[in-house]
Order: sequence, then C-alpha cells, then structure tokens
Amino acid sequence: MTISVLAVDDSRTMRDMITLALKNEDFHLHLAEDGVHGLEVLEETAPDVIITDINMPRLDGFGFIDAIRDRAASRHTPILVLTTESADELKTRARNAGATGWIVKPFAQDKLIRALRMVAG
Amino acid sequence: MSDPMQEIRASFFVECEELLENLFDAIQEMTEDPANKDTINIAFRAVHSIKGGAGAFQLDDLVAFAHQFETAMDMVRSDALEAGDTLVALFFRCGDMLSDLVRMSREGEDIDPDLYAPLIAELAECAGISLEEEEAEVDPADFQPMTLDLDLGADVDADFSFEDADFDAELAAILNDPPAAEIASDAPSGGGLSVHFAPKQSIFENGNEPLFLLRNLSDLSLCDIQLSFTPSQSFEQALDAPGLAWTLQLLDGDDEIAAREVFEFVDGLCELTIERTSPQTAPEPMASEADTQLIEVEAPKSSTPKPTSLPDPAPEDVPTAEVEPPSKPEPPAKEPKPASAKQSAPSATVRVDLDRIDRLVNLVGELVINQAMLSQSVLQAGLPKNTNISTGLDEFMQLTRDIQESVMMIRAQPVKSLFQRMSRIVREASAAVDKKVRLVTDGENTEIDKTVIERLADPLTHMIRNAVDHGLETSDQRLASGKSAEGVVRLTAAHRSGRVIIEISDDGSGINRPKVREIAVSKGLIHKDSKLTDSEIENLLFMPGFSTATEISNLSGRGVGMDVVKSAITALGGRISISSTDGKGTVFSISLPLTLAVLDGMVISVAGETLVVPLNAIAETLTLQPEIIERLGPETTVISVRDEFVPLFDLGVELGYRKPKPSYEGAIALLVVQEDGARSALVVDDIEDQRQVVIKGLQDSYGSVPGVAAATILGDGQIALILDAADLLGQATGRSRDLSTLEKAG
Repeated sequence: MTISVLAVDDSRTMRDMITLALKNEDFHLHLAEDGVHGLEVLEETAPDVIITDINMPRLDGFGFIDAIRDRAASRHTPILVLTTESADELKTRARNAGATGWIVKPFAQDKLIRALRMVAG
Repeated sequence: MSDPMQEIRASFFVECEELLENLFDAIQEMTEDPANKDTINIAFRAVHSIKGGAGAFQLDDLVAFAHQFETAMDMVRSDALEAGDTLVALFFRCGDMLSDLVRMSREGEDIDPDLYAPLIAELAECAGISLEEEEAEVDPADFQPMTLDLDLGADVDADFSFEDADFDAELAAILNDPPAAEIASDAPSGGGLSVHFAPKQSIFENGNEPLFLLRNLSDLSLCDIQLSFTPSQSFEQALDAPGLAWTLQLLDGDDEIAAREVFEFVDGLCELTIERTSPQTAPEPMASEADTQLIEVEAPKSSTPKPTSLPDPAPEDVPTAEVEPPSKPEPPAKEPKPASAKQSAPSATVRVDLDRIDRLVNLVGELVINQAMLSQSVLQAGLPKNTNISTGLDEFMQLTRDIQESVMMIRAQPVKSLFQRMSRIVREASAAVDKKVRLVTDGENTEIDKTVIERLADPLTHMIRNAVDHGLETSDQRLASGKSAEGVVRLTAAHRSGRVIIEISDDGSGINRPKVREIAVSKGLIHKDSKLTDSEIENLLFMPGFSTATEISNLSGRGVGMDVVKSAITALGGRISISSTDGKGTVFSISLPLTLAVLDGMVISVAGETLVVPLNAIAETLTLQPEIIERLGPETTVISVRDEFVPLFDLGVELGYRKPKPSYEGAIALLVVQEDGARSALVVDDIEDQRQVVIKGLQDSYGSVPGVAAATILGDGQIALILDAADLLGQATGRSRDLSTLEKAG
C-alpha cells in the first residue's frame, strides 16, 4: 500500500534528504516549505501522514500542527515532528500540541521509514 | 552514477550560504531594533537549519558550534537574554566563525575544535550557563509519560467503540489470527513476550492508530492476540481510558527492546506491560484476564507524570473541575500564525547547474554569430529592403538580442553576498588596527555576472582593508580634526550606462600626495622632476611595486599592492579610478561590464587583419591632420589633441604585422583611454563596424597572449582577435612613459 506523505521543512537540504530516503520506497511524497505552504498543500491532498519541522518562517511547526488538528479532515492524521536530539522539551511541546511522534535529526533512512510505518501502517 | 548524497551535500552548502546571508541580515537588523522578535527568529532558524543539515553529514564541529550559537539565540528569543551591543557584536563574530566552519566543512578541511572553543566559551558566559550544565542538558532523555486530563464527551466514546469494531475485523485479517489452541501447540520452546497494551483516550488525539502498533508488533513475531474490555468504574475513568486492552503473546520473538520501540510514540498515552514468558509456562488463558481490573504498570521509562494540554473544547456536559491540568510546566506556546509582513512567500525558483547555463550562454553566442552571418549573406545577395526576408531577419535579430540579454540575466546575481563578506572584513580589519569603523552599503541588489562577483571578492577585500588601515585615521586623530570618532567606509553598487559601478569610499584624510610622490621617486617609478597632476599622483598607487604603508602592518601588508587589484579589475573588463580630497577622504570607483560573455566592440582592420577593439576603451576616433602630428624621434611620434600631447602608436607595428610607415598623415586613429586616465592614439587602417561580439576565450588553447584579450567570430564567419588595448598600450607606453607626462605649455 502506497502511503502518501506530506513533508514540511523550510530547509531544502532536509526536504532533499527526505525525498532521497523515501525515493525507492512505497511512499508518495508531497513537499512544502513552511506551515502556510503546508496547509495549502493539505487543501489539495489528504496525506496519510505528515512530517513537519518546528522552526519555520511564516507558520511554525506548532502553529501548523494546531491548524492540522483544527481541520476535520486531518484531525486524526498522524504527524511526525522533525526535531534535534537535544530538544527534548520540543518533543513534549510538540506532542502537547498534537503531534503523534517524532524523528530525530539527523535521521537514517530506515529510522524514518520505521517511524512512518509505525504511525501510518 | 552520481551519488545523491553528494548532490544533497552540495545543495546543503548552497543553502548554507543563503542561511548565512539571512543570519547576517538579521544580526545587522538586531543592531537597529534589538527587540524585534521576527529578526531573532530568522537568525535562530538560520543557525538551526545549518545545524540540522550539518548533522546529516556528520559535520560534528559545525553541529557543536551551531548548537551553542543557537542556544544563546534561543535565550534571546525567550527573553532570557537581552540583545545588547556586546551580545550582537558576539553574534557577528559567531556568524563569521559559522561561515568559516561552513567553508572548512565544505572543503573537507580538518577543523581544530580549539578554533571555535573560545567563542563557545564566550557564548556560554553570555548565556550565563556553564558548559557542564549545557552538556547535561543535551543528554537525551525520552518523553515523560503523561497523566491524562481529558474531557472528551460521550460522542467520542461512541466513536471509539465504532472504530474498535473496525479494528478487530481488520486485525483478524492482518494477523490472520489462528485459534489460540493451535498456536499453543506450535509454540516454540524458546519462550516469548507477553505484551499488554491498553490505550488511553489521548492516544487518538495525537493521531495514533493502535491498529498500526499492533501490526508492527506482529511483524516481530507470530502473535496471538486477544481483545479485552473492562467496563469503566466511573465516568471520569471512562474519559481517561476507554477500557479496551489488547494482550498479545509473541510466540517466537523475545526481542523486548524491539517490542518497546513499537510503542515509543505512545509511551505515556497507554498502559503498557511487556513481560517475558518462560517456555515452560504456557500463556495464561486470556479469558481470565478479560474481566479483571487492569493493573497499571508503567513502562520503565515513566517517572514523573506530566499533564497534557487541552484538546478540543469540552462538551458542556463534562464536569469542568477535571478540565484544568494541575500544573503546566510550559504552556504549548503558539507562535503567531499570520505571516509577518516582512517575510514574503518563498519565490518560485529553479536551481540549475552552472554548466548548463554556460552551455546555454555559449549556444546563444553561436546563435548571435549565426544571425549575423545570415544577415550578411542576405545583404550580399543584394535582396531589396522591405522584402519579407529582410523584415523577418530584422525581427530575428531583435529576438536574438532579447534572448541573449535574458540568458545573460540568468547568470546575474545581486552583489549582496559580496557586500556581506565585506562587512566581515571591516569588522576584522577595524579590530586589528583598533579603529572604530562603520560600513555603510548601498545598492546591494545590483546584479552582475556571477563570475564577476566571485572574482571581485579578492580585490574588494584588499581595498576595504586598505580603506580601514590607511584611509581612515585613528579615533584620536579624527576627533582632533573635528570628525566623529567612528570612521565610515562606504560600499555602493549601481548600474550606470550599461555598466556596474562599484565605489569604495572612506571619510578619512585623503591621499597624502606629497608622500605618494616622494615614495614614487624613491622607488624610481617617476623622475624627481616630473610634473604630475593630482590625479596622476593618485594613480601612482596602481603602479607595480608601490606600497604607501611605510611600515608594513599585519593587516594590509600582505604583498598585494593596488597594482594587483587593478589587474584583477582589468581582467574582468573593468576600470578602476581613484579620487581623493584632502581631509575628506578617498573614493575608488570600479566600473565593470554587466557580463563577461559579450562586449560592444569596434571592428577595425589593420594590415589586412580584422580586429575588435572594446568600445569602452575608445574615447574618440580621429583622422590625423598633418598639423597635429609631431615627430619626436625615429620611433616616437605624438599628436596634439586639444592642447595635450598624446603618444601615437601604429597598431600594425605594435602587433608585429608591419614596419612603421614613413608618414601617418590622413590615417585613422583611435584615442584610447587607459585606467589611469593616460591617453594614447592607435593608428588603424579602417573602421568597419561597431557591434556586439561574443567573447570566445583563448586562455584554454593559447594561454595569455599579450595585447590580446580574446577572440570572436564575425558575421562572415571570420575569426577576429579582441584587443586588450590597456595591456598593449601598457607595453608600448613603457617605452615612452615620459611622453605621457609631457604637457604642452599654455
């Protein structure tokens, strides 16, 4: 089963890394550059899982998650937060905001895929 | 096959440059408006993104430094630290260090941690945290479990039981759940795991799907699965835990760590026990557990409970006393959602390999040549004007021009990145000579060819250093002469008549002309009796072997003189000039072509050869009347142009095509202006045309040919050399330098 993923990160490098990691796997990837852009993409697609960065211009990860949870269509869509190792408090905040899980940057391909499978089947 | 990781790595470093640019912009803005949260957010994000990417490529030093930098910025962000002058200055230096580390990482250089350790210590000191503390903070700890204060209404509960029915059906399909008895007989003797999993209501709020968890678990081992339902004892309990629990027997897997990993994201959102089952004891009959009260055993990682935030608004019929979480260590801070006016939406861009653009540039060059050849053929065919062919050809020519300009625009980049580098040079240089200097920049969005920008870095660096070191006075001297203690170096860029003008000026004391003259005489560059205009004295600075620093300071005394700067600018098809006002300062003005790929040239012929002279080198053309020619010797001729003697050279002779003519009466000459303002006249046989030509480098095939800049292909397919007039005349005037300083009396 192809899983459709929306990955939102303002860093091109991170978007590239995610693209590369999911390239030959059974994922259909949508990309967005920040929260606002992410919500726009969300209007057009219904991803099975959303990956989002926290520190982003215009609309950051917390605001983005809030907005996702506010939408009926994505209220229960799993959200994985991209975070750095040292930012434990961020994880807590993210989960309090409604995130499902997290991926610690830098991530290995198998870890990313495992996390996606864990929340999206 | 190219390694995709290498490509991403390369693109990471490109991104780093952009991020560093944002960072410096933001820090610069912090000096003006320290309280602006948007600014510090931009700076923070830039460092954070660099750190994130660096981690992916194991650039540990970069990560370590960025982390410390980011921590300090985060404190400013959360108002724990004030962005005062000292801190902003430190941020600037940290930005510089970050740039260095990025560059070193890109080049794959070894980085000595001692390089950035002092700055890390300074950052830590500013942030008021000891390094040990900070390191302890970094220690990864996992999510703490949370107690639940949920207030979901009955409708959610109903929802839930509905989902629950779905689960079971799906689970049966997925797990292909065999009858328990069958499994028991097949059970291997090695023992397994018993997993008890009872989700709390909150698990769904975060988008978790128990089905997937169970499926992941079942991937580990053949599973026996049992669903149990415990009716709630109270309403409050029902809100917290739905009363559903799954017990799974992993029959042939005993990897407890792997099993716990499956539940990583729901730690604290469920009750979870994972136990080893001994091979002897058969799994207990599940039915016995079904109606028993769940035993709450928290996962090992659990320790202090933390409250969750509130989910969606509570239905009215829920007791509100339970709603408020006991204590919120940190409210889930919501950053303002609306985009700040300053940040525009990301502009749509496509990144293209430079090689591809260069190929396009070359092809367009060919197109221009081809079009010219076609035009010429049509002309030679004698076709009348206003035919379809000639009008079509005109349109073709116009389109070709447009395409050419558009393609050139692709290579153009704003000078901003270059200017930002210069602000660093000013910071470093002013610190080295202990002067207060402010850099003012203007016209940062002026665009020039990328290659020009790259090759401008060194000359500009040198000139900026010079301005700080030699141009500006010390604070005391400035105060004494009634100026402010802080010197100003101004760097501007602007488009002017098809060229880019970059000016570097300082408000220092201006050039000390008597001293310059004295040095030039002592170094044998000029004769002690030479009469020089102010401008000529200033231009002595550009002569090879000239250095005004009487004592070599550790800043600008690096063996690079202004002559090197000048030749670098000249190599770019540019000109540099200097003007200075006593007590007011010095202005260096660099004029550059917009692109290196085409130039406006005059097509001339000499001794049967066709050549192109860059138009920007030609001041005027003249026909030599007998009365203006003055012969000074067998090899030296001058002409009088508006009361000034200008040395006359025969281009054919200078290029070795022919011997000097006995007389140049009636000949055509080009009056060529050199960067230092010195003029010379070049005799040519004929002026054929004036047009844009595409530059074809000769460097690769022939190396550097004196007097020849490049070659081009003309409309008729003929190859013509493009003259480097400055170089050619530099050699020629070397023979007769004294002449150029001759002034006609009156």
